Amino acid sequence: MSPWLPILMAVPVVGAIVVALLPKGSDKLAKQVALLVSLLVLVLTGVVAAGFKPSGERFQFVAEYNWIPSFGVKFGVGVDGVALVLIALSAVLVPIVILASWHDADGVKTADGTLITPKRSVKTYFSLLLVLEAMMIGVFAATDIFLFYVFFEAMLIPMYFMIGSYGGAQRSYAAVKFLLYSLFGGLLMLVAVIGLYFVAGKQTFMFPELVGAIQDPVTQKWLFAGFFIAFAIKAPLWPVHTWLPDAAAQAPAGAAVLLVGVLDKVGTFGMLRFCLELFPDAAKAFTMPIVVLAVISIIYGAIVAIGQTDMKRLIAYTSISHFGFIVLGVFAMSSVAQSGAALYMVNHGFATGALFLAAGFLIARRGSPFIADYGGVQKVAPLLAGFFLVAGLAGLSLPGLSSFVSEFMVMIGTYSSQAHGSGALTVAAIISAVAVILAAVYILWMVQRTMNGPTAEPVKAFKDLNAREVWVLAPLVALIIGFGFFPKPLLDVINPSVQQTLTNVKVPTSTIAEKGTGQ
Amino acid sequence: MESHIAEIVQHTGGVIGNAWLMIAFPLVGAFILLVFNRFTNRWGHLLGVAMSLASFVVAVLAFFELIGFGEEERRRAVHLYEFIPGMVDMGLLIDPLSISFALLITGVGSLIHIYSIGYMAHDEHRRRFFSYLNLFVAAMLLLVLADNYVGLFIGWEGVGLASYLLIGFWQFKPSAAVAAKKAFVVNRVGDFGLLVGMFIIWTTFGTLTFAELGEKIQPGQTNGTMLAIGLLLLLGACGKSAQLPLQSWLLDAMEGPTPVSALIHAATMVTAGVYLVVRSGAFFFPEGSGAALAVAIVGAATLLAGAIIGCAKDDIKKGLAGSTMSQIGYMMLGAGLGPAGYAFAIGHLITHGFFKADMFLGAGSVMHGMNDEVDMRKYGALRKVMPITFVTFFIGYLAIIGFPLLSGYFTKDGIIETAVHHQPILGWLAVLGAGITGFYMSRMVFMTFFGQKRWADDAHPHESPLVMTVPLMILSLGALGLGAYLVLSNRLLLFLAPAVGRPEELPEFAPFAPSGLATLGLVAVGAIFAWMKYGRAEVPSVQPRGSFLTTFARRDLYGDALNESLFMRPGQWLTRLAVFFDNRGVDGIVNGLAAGIGGSSGRLRRVQTGFARTYALSIFIGAALLTGALLLVGNI
Repeated sequence: MSPWLPILMAVPVVGAIVVALLPKGSDKLAKQVALLVSLLVLVLTGVVAAGFKPSGERFQFVAEYNWIPSFGVKFGVGVDGVALVLIALSAVLVPIVILASWHDADGVKTADGTLITPKRSVKTYFSLLLVLEAMMIGVFAATDIFLFYVFFEAMLIPMYFMIGSYGGAQRSYAAVKFLLYSLFGGLLMLVAVIGLYFVAGKQTFMFPELVGAIQDPVTQKWLFAGFFIAFAIKAPLWPVHTWLPDAAAQAPAGAAVLLVGVLDKVGTFGMLRFCLELFPDAAKAFTMPIVVLAVISIIYGAIVAIGQTDMKRLIAYTSISHFGFIVLGVFAMSSVAQSGAALYMVNHGFATGALFLAAGFLIARRGSPFIADYGGVQKVAPLLAGFFLVAGLAGLSLPGLSSFVSEFMVMIGTYSSQAHGSGALTVAAIISAVAVILAAVYILWMVQRTMNGPTAEPVKAFKDLNAREVWVLAPLVALIIGFGFFPKPLLDVINPSVQQTLTNVKVPTSTIAEKGTGQ
Repeated sequence: MESHIAEIVQHTGGVIGNAWLMIAFPLVGAFILLVFNRFTNRWGHLLGVAMSLASFVVAVLAFFELIGFGEEERRRAVHLYEFIPGMVDMGLLIDPLSISFALLITGVGSLIHIYSIGYMAHDEHRRRFFSYLNLFVAAMLLLVLADNYVGLFIGWEGVGLASYLLIGFWQFKPSAAVAAKKAFVVNRVGDFGLLVGMFIIWTTFGTLTFAELGEKIQPGQTNGTMLAIGLLLLLGACGKSAQLPLQSWLLDAMEGPTPVSALIHAATMVTAGVYLVVRSGAFFFPEGSGAALAVAIVGAATLLAGAIIGCAKDDIKKGLAGSTMSQIGYMMLGAGLGPAGYAFAIGHLITHGFFKADMFLGAGSVMHGMNDEVDMRKYGALRKVMPITFVTFFIGYLAIIGFPLLSGYFTKDGIIETAVHHQPILGWLAVLGAGITGFYMSRMVFMTFFGQKRWADDAHPHESPLVMTVPLMILSLGALGLGAYLVLSNRLLLFLAPAVGRPEELPEFAPFAPSGLATLGLVAVGAIFAWMKYGRAEVPSVQPRGSFLTTFARRDLYGDALNESLFMRPGQWLTRLAVFFDNRGVDGIVNGLAAGIGGSSGRLRRVQTGFARTYALSIFIGAALLTGALLLVGNI
């Protein structure tokens, strides 16, 4: 029993309570406390990460407490490599988002200067952020499937309020759409979770004990479908993606970062851990249709992104394309592709986080999310333009930046996967590589229209990034470049965990290097 | 029968063991200039030059250390670190091929850095300019020094980024911003080829490093897979080297400051495609293979296309850009001929690096004195006011048209002779191309430096400062004598042989071969024709209408029009359709159904009313689609 993970979850909860109980009018103090708490969580996560042994047991820092004994529900937590890097991603993003959101809860300025006032107080916003952090850590750490489900659903609540109370003009529409989609997926998952419990007949929801418990292929397929659809909505995968652009566009930039950067990863994380390992035969049977949906997401998301006029929606659609890559990597059933997919989840968090936040800083200066309202920002705010460009380049997976490594691994792992024998995965990899071209179009066209050319009249008054904003973006850029050249620390943690998954799915994990004798 | 290539040996220590310093110096330079920003404004350009020179020094030292080894031991790999565990380690390969490139990049690169001190002196963002130049040098060195395809690809896109930043350096000009984006996007089409090529290499051979591929691939091995890899790599090469059909970006790239055009879009980056083909030559482009033939055909087609475009340009930089396309076409042609052509291709690449950089910088010097005027119809008679620029440019001119005994004469004729020998049709096309080169380059020289003054009223042309003219002088020395040095007694060929193989018979310098004489004759005809039209006769200062052929060439052979109608317009329609479908289709079908079910006629105001109900249904249908898809294929 290790106390570390419960502590990791408790700290932000306590912080959230403290922030919520602060007297009215102490907005600044609320922000400072929230920032400190999130930094403490980051430090603690660092301690956990330092203590993690990649070559050791799969689940480490394990803790189990009885919760609902009559159903065998436990508060069971523990992390494997993939869960650890995703918790680390959350712990890195939250303080950055808090710093970035310093003024987000003060209200949203529109292009004509009117202010959309938030429905709730400033301190509530930061309290919600901390609650969300605890749940994000919990959802990745949960080894009890029922506990996972609880976090999966409960996460919606703080996000719902962050969009619905602090968002843009159409916030309640977007928030309700987000909630309904997610609840529907959650409902299907709940049915599947209960089904799993009864069919397995093991009186437990603990994941390690349920691996291999369901043998009947038909049962596997039904339960797989329940989990998969919930995760596909969360991820989101085409065609259940339409909630994301609305939610991301209406959410404050910081909330959008956590929504797309972390919350959506729960979907792909769930696919990798639960769909594959609990229902390996079903996963293999369904590989082809899912690969097709993933490839559609990749190309469709990219094409629709090109046509967007609203920056935040554009970034949301690029994420739909990127989630397609992650799902493709998960289901390509090769260790290279799956490690690539897990790495992609982390790198995408940094890259999209940086892009959303840079776009958020831009939008905060002008009050408009529309690309056409900008132009020539480079001239008046070169720092902002520079960060925006680097974040954009990470979005188009420029080699040398972290997102390239993961995208390359997903594609090359998919191409070389022997899982299906046929050339279908080969074709999928080739088609998905077209997104490399489309990504250049959607990013650089946006950069050209916002940053380059003659400076638009309202843009002339822009101030360049202030120190706080630089401190928000600089760490992300450093991570993006650092992991671009040195992905090994992340991959060393991810690889054993992925190997375990593939073993449980009974996919032969012969390394590619063994073959290739020159045909 | 097959050419012998030396094995790659692991190396530690010495200068070669620390060859990463070559990349590190300019990288650190770029980092300091970008991060410390305006605090480095005063001395930033000096730091940039120093870093480039430091890199050059390392390259020279590494070169001498390398030739200290016996010929069979001159391919030395330096392990750096584990990059993607289980897939590829980062390492450098120092061999005759890569060190030749490194010397060219850092040598010519440093000269261009120095020149830029003067050329960019009045630009308020000079410091940023030098940071991008440093970034470029670092990326280009990684491209040629990496011992594996992934490292090469990082450098490959790194130079693409530097090129993007530098073409768009004056990004407040919409034309520059558009040109920068276009260059990047067109290059990415090529990168798609390179990426998929890497997928196949990894899947087939289980490695992406040159050394291991050398062990796994039998020399001369050809089959469908190898052909596919070759053609995909060629697509990548076409993008970076502006070869047909991915040539269209290079002419627009002239929006960048002139030193950029000289360094990136003439001397170094655009030759990366040639490097890729020669580096992969022994694996995927063996002599006589379909892939090698494709390379040669692309080269021949582009050398003609570039030359024709060059004939019709009045913008001096675009004229030079057309000529660059054309000259790289020659290199590609040479690279498609196997070991017999490699040495000439690389030799021409090196001499071209000198004489073309010389002429681009010369053009920059002219523009510097002419208020940034680029229209040659507004030039004329500049030889008297800009004597140094004129003499150096003229040497470069003589070199490129292949005037006997100058650099281009040896390297270009080497390619032509080899091509006539191996691929006669392509070889004679190259002869024709040389004749056209004689015409358009003479036209450029006559329009700029001879004839009557056609200057604008406010033009006060003057010679450029020494910081600009000294690099010109050094480059023109290369244009004078480097070709003879490299080609006579097969010096370069024998030096490169351990890395790229040697032909069965060593070529002999044959000044009176029929193709050589024909080339000289055609060049002379071209030059005389140009003299009659642009030297003796008066050049109209406004562009005349010209025949349909002229228009064809002025419009870059309708390359842009073709791209626009084939890709851009359909792409725009597809995008619009997809956006419409996404807004109305995926969401809207559901809305429509909801309206139908709800019995309400007319429009459904989904935002104001009942969106909860609508979206509940929308998710339901989405989920039903998913389940349907799963059912259909997975047979629940």
